[in-house]
Amino acid sequence: MDETSDYPLALEGPGTPMVRFLNVSKRYGALMVLDNLHLDISEGEMVSIIGPSGSGKTTVLRMLMTLETINSGVIYVDGKPLTHMERRGKLVPADARYLRKMRAKIGMCFQHFNLFPHMTALQNCMEGPVQVLGLSKDEARGRAEELLAMVGMIEKKDQHPSRLSGGQQQRVAIARALAMRPKVLLFDEVTSALDPEVIGEVTNVIRKLVAEHNLTMLMVTHQMGFARDISDRVCFFFGGKIEEQGSPQTLFGNPRRDRTKQFLSAIKEAG
Amino acid sequence: MNWRWDLAWQVLPHLLEATLATLAAAIIGYSIALVGGLVMALGQRTPSRILTVAVRETVEFIRSTPLVLQIFFIFFVGPQFGIRLSPWVAGMIALGLHYSAYMSEVYRGGLEAVPRGQWEAALALNLSTRSTYMRIIIPQAIVPAITGIGNYLVGIIKDTPLLSVIGVAELMHTASSIGAENLRFLEPYTIVGLIFLLISLPASGLTRLFENWLRRKLGMG
Repeated sequence: MDETSDYPLALEGPGTPMVRFLNVSKRYGALMVLDNLHLDISEGEMVSIIGPSGSGKTTVLRMLMTLETINSGVIYVDGKPLTHMERRGKLVPADARYLRKMRAKIGMCFQHFNLFPHMTALQNCMEGPVQVLGLSKDEARGRAEELLAMVGMIEKKDQHPSRLSGGQQQRVAIARALAMRPKVLLFDEVTSALDPEVIGEVTNVIRKLVAEHNLTMLMVTHQMGFARDISDRVCFFFGGKIEEQGSPQTLFGNPRRDRTKQFLSAIKEAG
Repeated sequence: MNWRWDLAWQVLPHLLEATLATLAAAIIGYSIALVGGLVMALGQRTPSRILTVAVRETVEFIRSTPLVLQIFFIFFVGPQFGIRLSPWVAGMIALGLHYSAYMSEVYRGGLEAVPRGQWEAALALNLSTRSTYMRIIIPQAIVPAITGIGNYLVGIIKDTPLLSVIGVAELMHTASSIGAENLRFLEPYTIVGLIFLLISLPASGLTRLFENWLRRKLGMG
């Protein structure tokens, strides 16, 4: 990452997005995964990212979760730079301490759930609040039980992940992420590893979140129907760029770009 | 072949006494190795390239040279550098370090077997590096490593006789002294063999029980 003196030190004023990707590029060696990405996400907005594999969509989430570094540009979260920090009036790459502070604003749910197998559902949801937020065990348990009830997993709270189905594990994983009270929640293909008959139990939880909470959400998905139902905006990624974006009605109902049309019709044919 | 029961009964109490020393040596050495091995395994995972290489080379060096040489070296060469240790202390350091090096490889394998997704989940929850290791990674790394860790318990018990070369009065040393006194080695050495068998077999059995218990406790059965 370069020193990026031309970028603003902070985003202010009305209309400040919750997340802003400004000129963000990501390369793996010679391979350009994301090319000059510009993407704003408003507070409370639900944005879905669709596109063929290798189009860079998961990388967008991973960069935002700081699982990946970026090669150029700046990502802002909640008005402050995420990938960089201010040092003597300039933006320099963020250090570990700053990243840890900023990371608290973001939560993530993974394709393969990544629950901690040696902990029960409840313990999974208490781990972050106790170890990171410094909540007492009782406070953390209360918060975790409330969230497990919300995702319909309270009866299974004392089960280890190995005793739970994929859909149940993913619901616990959503509760675990929510227990940290993030401002931005990322869903990385959270239904891709699930059997078809349990996809609904996970999508229903996400629907509920959209309806009842003012969380900012960014979701990579292959469930076109689901994306169409719940998103405020859909971004179609192709070759490391946003090929087309718009409201779900427009993007799915009346796509303008050829690649979007091709992709959507290929998906439709596949089933 | 003439087995002398009278001699066998006569030497048995001395050998049982020495068994305590053998057990103590094994337990102390093993405890050092359990902790030392983990330190050596984690030492190879720091961001510091120099530290990683230094620990890696140390482990390789220890694993590539005989234990008996390491025992001799610490006990006989140490004093030249002003490090004077009793046979027990020198022996425990040598045995502990030797097995730490082997144990570190088992831990390393266990740590590498923890899926990347666990690290990512820990990071997404914003856990500190310390919490990530202590609460997420190490508990999971122990489970696949436990068979190897258990095997080294039997290994270290069987290697304690090497301490006799610097005069630690464990089983082997005691049996040899008794044999030399009586000019008969059949009875003391046979009894030593039986005692080792009686220690090693339950030890590996207990290890297996512990392994199953741990898997269940961690919900990974």
